[in-house]
Amino acid sequence: MKKEEIPQDESFFTEEHGKELYYAVDENGNYTTGLSSGWEAKTIALNNALEAIEERIADAKKRMLENKTSPIEYYMEVCKMEPPVLASYVGIWLWRVKRHFKPSVFKKLSQKTLEKYATAFDITVEQLKNVAP
Amino acid sequence: MKIDFEHKQSAHCENGVVSNLMKFNGHQVSEPMVFGIGSGLLFCYIPFIKINYAPLITYRAMAGFIFNRFAKRVGIKIKREKFKDPKKAKERLDENLKHNNPVGLQVGVYNLVYFPDEYRFHFNAHNLVVYGKEDDTYLISDPVMQHVTTLTAKELEKVRYAKGPFAPNGHMYYPISFPETLELETAIRKGIKHTCREMLAPVPIVGAKGVKTVAKLIRKWPKKHGVKKTNHYLGQIVRMQEEIGTGGGGFRYIYAAFLQEASGILSNEELAVLSKEMTQIGDQWRDFALNASRIYKNRSVQEDAYNKVADELEAIGNREANFFNKLKRAI
Repeated sequence: MKKEEIPQDESFFTEEHGKELYYAVDENGNYTTGLSSGWEAKTIALNNALEAIEERIADAKKRMLENKTSPIEYYMEVCKMEPPVLASYVGIWLWRVKRHFKPSVFKKLSQKTLEKYATAFDITVEQLKNVAP
Repeated sequence: MKIDFEHKQSAHCENGVVSNLMKFNGHQVSEPMVFGIGSGLLFCYIPFIKINYAPLITYRAMAGFIFNRFAKRVGIKIKREKFKDPKKAKERLDENLKHNNPVGLQVGVYNLVYFPDEYRFHFNAHNLVVYGKEDDTYLISDPVMQHVTTLTAKELEKVRYAKGPFAPNGHMYYPISFPETLELETAIRKGIKHTCREMLAPVPIVGAKGVKTVAKLIRKWPKKHGVKKTNHYLGQIVRMQEEIGTGGGGFRYIYAAFLQEASGILSNEELAVLSKEMTQIGDQWRDFALNASRIYKNRSVQEDAYNKVADELEAIGNREANFFNKLKRAI
């Protein structure tokens, strides 16, 4: 890549974030660095990942409202987590976390356990228990 | 207090931290030098670790490895500490700052407030330098950011104690002893040999062979997993090519810059020629990334499109195998 080819596309990096650094060659073939405001391929890839997460959130929400899953799964998706990541944040075994996705099990959870989840999601226990549709 | 620390932006976090810490301690070592000597370049496909619901693909050595190898090869010593107790972690950090010693920290990205929201995933192998503290706010030099920034004590604790794969557990590190002069020549040779060995490893998920394996899989994925999942996996391949700041094939460009610099230090013309070829390989990675990303943008569901990018990737794999064989002989 030549220095003048460093991509200057739109991205999620705004003024306040500054720009990203690239290595590229100058007109004499010597390596140098230059700044980039963003690159199309990267933004598309990132957008794709974000869309996938949005879909997962919407799906979890739908199932939660149909009483097929608990708010724990919904908030896990909102926080971009996967079950193993959530398990390690709350310090509960994975199989138990997955079990807590069941609405019937969720209802019986102790205040202490609920607090662990609420802390991991950065919300209150109230918010965890009563998700607005 | 504020330590007189120069923030220099880099393309990759770990190299940048090492390069900046070295400079603070009076040794000028460029980012590509750290990357090359530390054998940072890699390709590895790990299907049994899933990140964001897609197999893990990495283009660089695991966090910590680059600095460890670099240190060993140039003869510096690093101190690394992890803490179970966040309070203790904070105390040790403050102590170091008081003694005018900037330190590197491993952190999770998800709660790094100065990153664009869109970049904040549960990724725990990011690195930054703390170079001071004013009241309850830490002064942060994150090498992939253009400017220095700050984090409150609470924010810093959160990222130091991020959970999930590769959890940092408050990991803090800094160099503690240096040789009179850095022995770059032998270090460069060792670094290059190591990279060649890894890139030519006779293992189907590592190095050039790994690249070809993934190319093969791309052909199979649409049938096996359907278009949606395939596109998601492809997206992951493109996204992992870049840490913030390293454009498509970015690590290849850093490596090319390293070979160019190494060619001067070792007075080895061959390395300069190979540097040019590595740049071309980087360009090929870039084209691949762009074409792969366009597949899922256009949602043009021709099977041909997948085969095309798979062809491109296969060509890259073959070329890298050839390249590292040449590099091995040149050193």
